[in-house]
Amino acid sequence: METFLNPRVKTAGSVMMISDVVVIGAGPAGLSAAVTAAEAGADVVVIDENPRAGGKLLGQLHEEPGTGWWIGAEISKKLAERAVNAGVRILTNRQVWNISQKWEVALDTGECVKADYAVVATGAAERPLPVPGWSLPGVMAIGAAQTLTNYYRVRPGDRIAIVGVDPLSLTVAHELSMAGADVVGIYLPGKSIFAGTQADPDTNLEYLAGMSDLAPNAFLRWGGKLAANKTLRKLALTFFPKSGLPLMGTRLNLRKSLVSIGGNERVEHVEVATIDSQGNPGKTRTVKVDCVCISGGLYPVQELTRDCGLVRIDQLGGTIPLYSPEMETTQDNLFVAGNVTGIEGAKIAMAQGNLAGTVIASRLGLLEGKEAIDRAAAAVRFARKSSAITFMPDIEEGRRIADDLWLERVRENSLAQKDESYA
Amino acid sequence: MLKRISDHPVLGPLSQEEIEFEFDGKSYQGIKGDSIASALLANGVRTLRFSNRDGEPRGIYCGIGHCFECRMTVNGVQSVRACITQACDGDVLESQGENRGERHDDF
Ligand SMILES: Cc1cc2nc3c(=O)[nH]c(=O)nc-3n(C[C@H](O)[C@H](O)[C@H](O)COP(=O)(O)OP(=O)(O)OC[C@H]3O[C@@H](n4cnc5c(N)ncnc54)[C@H](O)[C@@H]3O)c2cc1C
Ligand code: FES
Repeated sequence: METFLNPRVKTAGSVMMISDVVVIGAGPAGLSAAVTAAEAGADVVVIDENPRAGGKLLGQLHEEPGTGWWIGAEISKKLAERAVNAGVRILTNRQVWNISQKWEVALDTGECVKADYAVVATGAAERPLPVPGWSLPGVMAIGAAQTLTNYYRVRPGDRIAIVGVDPLSLTVAHELSMAGADVVGIYLPGKSIFAGTQADPDTNLEYLAGMSDLAPNAFLRWGGKLAANKTLRKLALTFFPKSGLPLMGTRLNLRKSLVSIGGNERVEHVEVATIDSQGNPGKTRTVKVDCVCISGGLYPVQELTRDCGLVRIDQLGGTIPLYSPEMETTQDNLFVAGNVTGIEGAKIAMAQGNLAGTVIASRLGLLEGKEAIDRAAAAVRFARKSSAITFMPDIEEGRRIADDLWLERVRENSLAQKDESYA
Repeated sequence: MLKRISDHPVLGPLSQEEIEFEFDGKSYQGIKGDSIASALLANGVRTLRFSNRDGEPRGIYCGIGHCFECRMTVNGVQSVRACITQACDGDVLESQGENRGERHDDF
């Protein structure tokens, strides 16, 4: 079979690979699962469609209280090296097209990987947020700008406007200005059916609560903490300066929205409107820019989990597969780890991957006793508690809903089994 | 290269290994490890293809292989995603789409 869509893989065709574990996604979760299982002695294959292992970790760069700079590119490289040293085969440049039972993973190259255990660690993607003019070259998702700047070291523009106020857009604004770009402002999206509550100043202030530990600005640190409370939030909005808040060389605007993007064949300017506290637009003004970054929020990628029990839990960012405290889905021996289970930071994704890898190693008979699993589960709880960045403001509630749904399912199954044994 | 970030306050020095490739008949330089999209953007090239219906210019959007806005022809293979495909020395790249409008990409 000819390879198509894939000029970088020469060895395509009906190659069949066999391993103990196949991991889909070489982000922090998938790599951690692979490292743990392989270091315990399992034979592991990891697949990723990117040319490089690391997933969304590749572009991350922020300063954390106490621990210094979190440089995603370096952490990814170390993690991938550790995996390779443990014998993991990392197959990049390959897209997984299908996963079928027990477990066969089909790739776009015509290759196929067969394994007893599978881990789906497909991570998160960004929700598109249409803004009039967004198809012009120079408009991109905030994550694209993050990877270009911090990983590929290319400035996506010289004068940049950011649409969407959330922990990710603020983080990337900082990264862009560190790289020498002039970030002219961070704006709310204009009111539209797509923007929904994202155009609502109040909801946005709530989001900021998620990054109060990382906030480089006293108002935000204070405002972030304050934002967790609805009444105080209203008060803060009333006092939020109309001209925006200075923040890392840019201005954070909760009283301005970006209503359209214009230019001849490429981004040249944006229209910015002053809004009231409900998000209704007033006067507009034209601002010259050569790049617009849109932050529409993150969602877990479920392309390969459709045969698992799926539930939509908005507090986690969207639809997730039900999974056990050991990271196993409703399909036996099919595990999940990382942002595919809900939007959280990279350290949590790593801890979840380590837990999945530990459970699999133990099922393969490579680890004895339950201590290793208990320790790995405790590490996930610790990572959550000490996380410096929270993407979803009600993540804890989301987790609780997911855990309850799993317990409910276990209960129903055991009742059904009892019924059968009476019959 | 206009937009390359060569001195960064936190990240280390850039790789010095250069690659050379062709896009729509013009020759460009990139750095080893670049994606096709990053190599072109470093040269100020934002337009990667033209929309099928009206020939409007299009560039990258998602940067992670989901939207296919960045698709182009790479060494004769059509509709390859420039954002997640590594640029290699000697690559011959072509934009796709008929009815293309006038190009305004060169600085
Ligand atoms: C744009 C963006 C920016 C973020 N920034 C930060 C940040 O600054 N700090 C932070 O802590 N967290 C950040 N996050 C959250 C981030 O998702 C986690 O930090 C972490 O990267 C999640 O790890 P993961 O392994 O679950 O998934 P990811 O890192 O998303 O990795 C998933 C991998 O799976 C691959 N994949 C998916 N589907 C397929 C398929 N069908 N075939 C082959 N490969 C596939 C992808 O190519 C990707 O490499 C960000 C997320 C996004 C989307
Ligand atoms: S920019 Fe979306 S697929 Fe390349």
